[in-house]
Amino acid sequence: MKPLINTLPETVFTTKVDDLLNWGRASSQWYMLFGLACCAIELMQTGGPRSDLDRFGAVPRATPRQSDLMIVAGTLTYKMAKRTKLLYDQMPDPKYVISMGSCSNCGGLFQLAYSVCKGVDKIVPVDVYVPGCPPRPEALTEGLLRIQDKMMRERWLVKAPEAEGAEA
Amino acid sequence: MDAKETYASLEKLFPGKVRDFKGDVFEPYCFVEKEAIVEICRFLRTAQSFRFEVLSDLTALDWPKEEKIQMVYHLFSYAHNHQIVLKVDLPRDNPKIATVEEQWKVANWFEREVYDLFGVIFEGHTDLRRIMLPDDWVGFPLRKDYVEQEEYDGISTQRAPLVEKLLR
Repeated sequence: MKPLINTLPETVFTTKVDDLLNWGRASSQWYMLFGLACCAIELMQTGGPRSDLDRFGAVPRATPRQSDLMIVAGTLTYKMAKRTKLLYDQMPDPKYVISMGSCSNCGGLFQLAYSVCKGVDKIVPVDVYVPGCPPRPEALTEGLLRIQDKMMRERWLVKAPEAEGAEA
Repeated sequence: MDAKETYASLEKLFPGKVRDFKGDVFEPYCFVEKEAIVEICRFLRTAQSFRFEVLSDLTALDWPKEEKIQMVYHLFSYAHNHQIVLKVDLPRDNPKIATVEEQWKVANWFEREVYDLFGVIFEGHTDLRRIMLPDDWVGFPLRKDYVEQEEYDGISTQRAPLVEKLLR
């Protein structure tokens, strides 16, 4: 019996189905157009031509229903926290959250203020925290790449032990 | 007409209702009796020699030691290019004052803001609701003795401080 190596035509390659699915997901992360404060300016810069998130397949979507990724960019007030939770709930699974900047990480400079929520992790689960005030576009791009790494490690078809809870 | 002359005219027309003019500051001010605020505002707004068409700011100060809340009215006239600041002392335990919405429409929002943050009741106001904080907020945050609630709407307001010495 001939070995399988080099028997397939050039246009065909072999992979794991999980890897293929993850590769597709990781290369088309649609993030929600959602800016709360000054970090949103850096978020726009990151989507702009110099930093260009598009080259990683990340494009902004105007509705949570079509989004995979929520980038919480800016100071989160209690009044907005309820709306943020609602937006997160409207996103289809699987969904990811990047907390961008000091304010959404922990309240930042405004932590002692009466109206500022002390971190977006008080209301939604966060996958990647990007520090900075505000983070540079490179830092946010790095955050997106960390999300991609995380996606690539996930298993959907087999019940791998390390996929249980560890990555969720 | 500078603020000193404005005050002199007020003193002549409303004896006993204005007091304590202070002219050697950046924005000269005088104190007005609580009962006379509407009357004096109406006069300053309409009299041809004053014509204070603009209420540039309406805010308040909290003085817990002196047991008072101080209302501040910044008046400006485009016609004559002059300005004056009126201050009114209110008792801290029951701050109530008549609205000046009749004279300046913008007072509607200004007074809602002062109500929102200081709890001053404006009698005769057409729509006295909180303007920035959510309707179910407890307390008036800009009062010096404001105590933050343990949680707001199920969101914890507690977080370990990052820098101890910043704590008040």
